[in-house]
Amino acid sequence: MAEIRVQNLRKAFGAFVAVQDSNFVVEDGEFFVMLGPSGCGKTTTLRMIAGLELPTGGKILLGGEDVTMRRARERDIAFVFQLFALYPHMNVRKNIGFPLLAQGMASAEIRQRVEETAKLLRIDHLLDKSVSGLAGGDRQRVALGRAIVRRPKCFLMDEPLGTLDTEFRDLMVHELRELHNRIHATTVYVTHDQMEAMSMADKIAVMNHGVIEQFGTPREIYDRPATMFVADFIGSPPMNFLKFGGGLARGAKEIVVQGAKVAVPEVREDIAPADMALGIRPEHIRFDDGSKLRGAIYGTEYLGTTQIVAVETADGIIKARVPAGIHLSPGEQVGLALNGPRLSLFEKGSGRAVRTAMYDQAAEARHG
Amino acid sequence: MSLTTAHSVVAPSANSKRIAGVIIVAYALISIVPLLWIFATSFKTPPDSIAYPPKIVFQPSIEGYCNLFTTRTRQTPEYINSLGPATGFCDETVRKRNMVIAGPSNFLPRFVNSLIIAFGSTFCAVFLGTLSAYGFSRFKVPLADDLLFFILSTRFMPPIAVAIPIYLMYRELGLSDTALGMILLYTAVNVSLAVWLLKGFIDEIPREYEEAAMIDGYTRLQAFWRTVLPQATTGIAATAIFCLIFAWNEYAFAALLTSGTAQTAPPFIPTIIGEGGQDWPAVAAGTTIFLVPILVFTILLRKQLLRGITFGAVRK
Repeated sequence: MAEIRVQNLRKAFGAFVAVQDSNFVVEDGEFFVMLGPSGCGKTTTLRMIAGLELPTGGKILLGGEDVTMRRARERDIAFVFQLFALYPHMNVRKNIGFPLLAQGMASAEIRQRVEETAKLLRIDHLLDKSVSGLAGGDRQRVALGRAIVRRPKCFLMDEPLGTLDTEFRDLMVHELRELHNRIHATTVYVTHDQMEAMSMADKIAVMNHGVIEQFGTPREIYDRPATMFVADFIGSPPMNFLKFGGGLARGAKEIVVQGAKVAVPEVREDIAPADMALGIRPEHIRFDDGSKLRGAIYGTEYLGTTQIVAVETADGIIKARVPAGIHLSPGEQVGLALNGPRLSLFEKGSGRAVRTAMYDQAAEARHG
Repeated sequence: MSLTTAHSVVAPSANSKRIAGVIIVAYALISIVPLLWIFATSFKTPPDSIAYPPKIVFQPSIEGYCNLFTTRTRQTPEYINSLGPATGFCDETVRKRNMVIAGPSNFLPRFVNSLIIAFGSTFCAVFLGTLSAYGFSRFKVPLADDLLFFILSTRFMPPIAVAIPIYLMYRELGLSDTALGMILLYTAVNVSLAVWLLKGFIDEIPREYEEAAMIDGYTRLQAFWRTVLPQATTGIAATAIFCLIFAWNEYAFAALLTSGTAQTAPPFIPTIIGEGGQDWPAVAAGTTIFLVPILVFTILLRKQLLRGITFGAVRK
């Protein structure tokens, strides 16, 4: 196992820049997820780490060794593809043993290693079956088996659950994480599914247009999004934005949105007057008739323990997550109370989050 | 891997199926009549073969096959009677016509030439075609589209249009009437078909297979050999049949460029006519034997052939 260090990594296809100036470190034994919409450069980054694409610039260090320009087969990594890439002309045993065959390992040892791996993944009863007859989840396990059988420096996975049914996917998310806890392999996992990312990752990098928008733990990314893109991409429903104008002064603890005063975490920088946005997670909204921030109920979505309520305000619809017990009827006027310490502020132009007490606390907590 | 047809979204009705069936059977019968005629003629005696009205029912004889494989000389009855007893059915049949077997005919060596040239050129065309198709499919080849168009353009005119330049070139290069020359020629004609057909098949194989193999420690060539090739067998088989049929049946170049040692069966068979009369049963026997290899090959690979013909319409 090894640490992966990516420095100023860049990839251009002609005039199109797929990845620009990426920097991150995946520590030894960490489960790292690259998350982003399709076309954001996450798969390209992964393929460069694998050696399937060569970077236009930058460096990739694997366990301290510079592998930037090395061939895939000289990197000692394993890759799990979205479509599994199981060889249809080989059975499960041969598929799993295929990487060992390349190393010229003796057939008795291959047999033993394949069987150990199959046991670990609970597919030992399928070893002599043809791969084309397998169910989605089992195919996935065989693909994983082929990756772990070699005990490589790290695992790279490209949306490995993308083609599975929802039911299987939840199961595999759990299994993958459990497998990771057992073997502690450095893993880079690419997905566009935030649920997978949030539930499996130690660290997440959120990418958009070839740029890493934020790098952090799932909690940091959810609670303290660094950009409006991250705030909007993560969370279901995503963060609500309410626009407000004017600048911010260091030390400000209140802003005015739609004529209502809203308490916010203490601002820690000066911002020149510009279009701004207040970011509110749905669960940080309460209904309070005393609030001056008002709206009309537009619709509700019942989820069992909670419900998502769409409220039409002067600045468009915002969604609140409230206990399912509250009865609301469409058209009803409500006041919205916001959970001040948990709000985010963004500069609309750049999308960047404003430094506030909330972000600083987090930074202090991390370094302290 | 289940096959589904892309056309006929609505299931055909019983009636339209019946009509289609009748048309297909009728067409098959019409197509097969000449073949049956040749087959029947090969078992007739020379007088039966030119009888009028044609004989549908006749006493089968293998005289045609005897004549195909032998050369014979006419002798006087006294001389024939002075010989010992006949050594086999052919000997006996030939003597009845006042002839004796002088030796083997050229049919067998010509047939072997056909086998060597047709299979040799098919192997070369498919081998080169597979590698180039893989290259075009997987790598960024500069001017790939233009090159592919150029390769295709070699088929824009009938190959025989360049017969005279090729004849002159071959004479200068000493390739006239050599098996090598014919293999090169048929390979050149077939390779464009092979590249285009195989590119379609290889494009369908996801490149993740090779990438997976390369990450797992194989070189590109090993990955190609172990993962791409086994999955391209259908396409390779279909392509091989098309190439083989062309090389096997080709007449014009063979007649022009071969005359002796490298002559193939197609230009040889007509020369049987004229060696001592119009021996139709021998010609028919030659044609029947000539049909066998392609028939066997096609039957063995008929599934792949079907997929090759309909490729584009039938998907995995």
